[in-house]
Amino acid sequence: MIEGILIGLTTALTLQNILMVMVGCFFGTIIGMLPGLGPMTAIALMIPITYGFDPATGLILMAGVYYGAVFGGSTSSILLNAPGVPGTVATSFDGYPMAQQGKAGKALAIAAWSSFAGGTLSAIYLLFMAPSLSKVSLSFRSPDYFALMILGLTAIAAFSSKGQFLKAMMMVVLGLMLASVGQDSLSDITRFTFNNMNLTDGISFVLVVMATFAMSEALTIILKRNDPTSAAKQVSLTELGSIKINKEERSKMYKTIPRSSIIGFLIGVLPGAGATIASFLAYGMERNVVNDEEKEKFGKGSVNGLSAPETANNAACSGSFVPMLTLGIPGSGTTAVMLGALLGFGVQPGPRLYMTNPEIFWSIIMSMYIGMVILLILNLPLIPYIARILAVPKNYLIPLILFFSVTGIYVMSFNNFDIYLMIGIAVVATFLRLYDFPMPPLILAFVLGGLMEENLRRSLLLSNGSWEFLWDRALTAFILLTTILIVIWQVYKTMFKKTNN
Amino acid sequence: MNINTTKIISLLFFIFSAFYLYTAYQIQVFAFDENAPFNARTFPIYLGYAGLFFSGLKVVLPEPNTIKVDHKNLEYKKTGILIVIAIIYGATILKVGYFLTTSLFLFSSYYFLGERRWVLMFLLSFPFVAAFMYLLHGILDIYLRDPFLQSIGVMG
Repeated sequence: MIEGILIGLTTALTLQNILMVMVGCFFGTIIGMLPGLGPMTAIALMIPITYGFDPATGLILMAGVYYGAVFGGSTSSILLNAPGVPGTVATSFDGYPMAQQGKAGKALAIAAWSSFAGGTLSAIYLLFMAPSLSKVSLSFRSPDYFALMILGLTAIAAFSSKGQFLKAMMMVVLGLMLASVGQDSLSDITRFTFNNMNLTDGISFVLVVMATFAMSEALTIILKRNDPTSAAKQVSLTELGSIKINKEERSKMYKTIPRSSIIGFLIGVLPGAGATIASFLAYGMERNVVNDEEKEKFGKGSVNGLSAPETANNAACSGSFVPMLTLGIPGSGTTAVMLGALLGFGVQPGPRLYMTNPEIFWSIIMSMYIGMVILLILNLPLIPYIARILAVPKNYLIPLILFFSVTGIYVMSFNNFDIYLMIGIAVVATFLRLYDFPMPPLILAFVLGGLMEENLRRSLLLSNGSWEFLWDRALTAFILLTTILIVIWQVYKTMFKKTNN
Repeated sequence: MNINTTKIISLLFFIFSAFYLYTAYQIQVFAFDENAPFNARTFPIYLGYAGLFFSGLKVVLPEPNTIKVDHKNLEYKKTGILIVIAIIYGATILKVGYFLTTSLFLFSSYYFLGERRWVLMFLLSFPFVAAFMYLLHGILDIYLRDPFLQSIGVMG
């Protein structure tokens, strides 16, 4: 492992890669501060640029964007009570009251230090857990992978859709259907191309991500007459006050951070869960474990109440890399985008990544830590200035997002059919968003579609067409049982809600 | 049963799934693969049924939280214009080239969104695209075909 860490450090600490983490964190913070535009949009916009680099550098850039976006989301949660990303909603519960008391700088510092500590601890957990999990996952067979993908898709549908499980499952099926367009990987038979040569190679992953996130996000902002930059204009005018944390506040954080980081990391590892659930759980747990006097302060500017969700959401970000790096199965929509980008680089994440591309595996882990340091020493003092950059009028921001989307697609294929296809998918996605159809399940399904079919094919061929492979192995049966429990829980929740109504 | 837009979308998805399933059954597979446990049409057929199942459930089951969208407050005109501009961009980029098409795409988007600061609009379109093009073409070595710049001798 020491050797691996050194490989990772050597790769991550090159001038180019440090610059990439800095650019990523900076760009991510900007996008994360804009309510409505989350890490997935930020990463999607970055993908075409990453193809100019080697895989390690590309992924380091995307990881930086991811952390920056989560940090940027916390900033708008604390200063404006307008979370940029869902994972920072719990941050606003105590961060915003603190800012209203004139302690905005302190709240930002607590959030930044908690994020840093949460990220650092989870990077250490990841350091120890990922290699051992990689070794364990080598024993996984096709039926286990197939079952794990079903679990991942069901879980993301269950957790990302705010009680709209069926809508999310429809999006999962739509994502899988889009992934099935083009040549069959084994027989080379074309499917659903309707004799259009442009569809023979299938629909590009970047196209789907750009259309469903970047472009449809921009169209939704115009359609709903939102102005995400208005929040940034207010941030640039806010008086931050001191960013110093006193001894008493530090001692509170020392207790909160370790427990919240464990919760965050473990929740992040679970497929589909991620930063939002982790931050809420950590907030709830912290409220239960503190004394009565401290409990009273929750919701009114508690240090523990701010530190817990911030620690947990960053720890969850690192945790969500575990299934992607070790199993090749992303745990969240954001890591699904990264997986798609890795596949575009010709790198297949999974248990063998640890052996075949150790420099990628370890440099991602190391760059996470570097990203945390950069967020702390660069982004925190720069928040008011970043907000000023952001205060560009919506009339400029939206065309620029559209520009990056269409240009991103064009430079990848030099084909105008892809531009038309992207516009078509973006229009449908914008309409679906209006009615709360979630997009992350579609992306995860699109990324996993090919792998899922391949594993199902292998499983069915090995079992001679029988579906017994689903319960032949204890591991497969256990994973499927977990999936069934999630479905039952969702059905129960729906029925319970109905009774309440 | 209360009919709302979500149900209509689900019904459309049901019809789409039925069409997908029909097309999946039409996929031509090799003769020796016809009765194999898994062939090119197996997975799409399962997907078609899954689509019918989930959208069918959504249509039939009652809706606990109905989503209401106020269409009067939606900005259809500007959204439509932006989509049309993007389509025109797609139609012209191969013939005219990256620089001019992209610059005009940005300039017209600013204009139709209500911007009238001409100097800023110009700076954030033509020089901005030129700088971006230099980044892609000159630094990242991503080739960008541009008949317009070639015709005036700027690009080789």
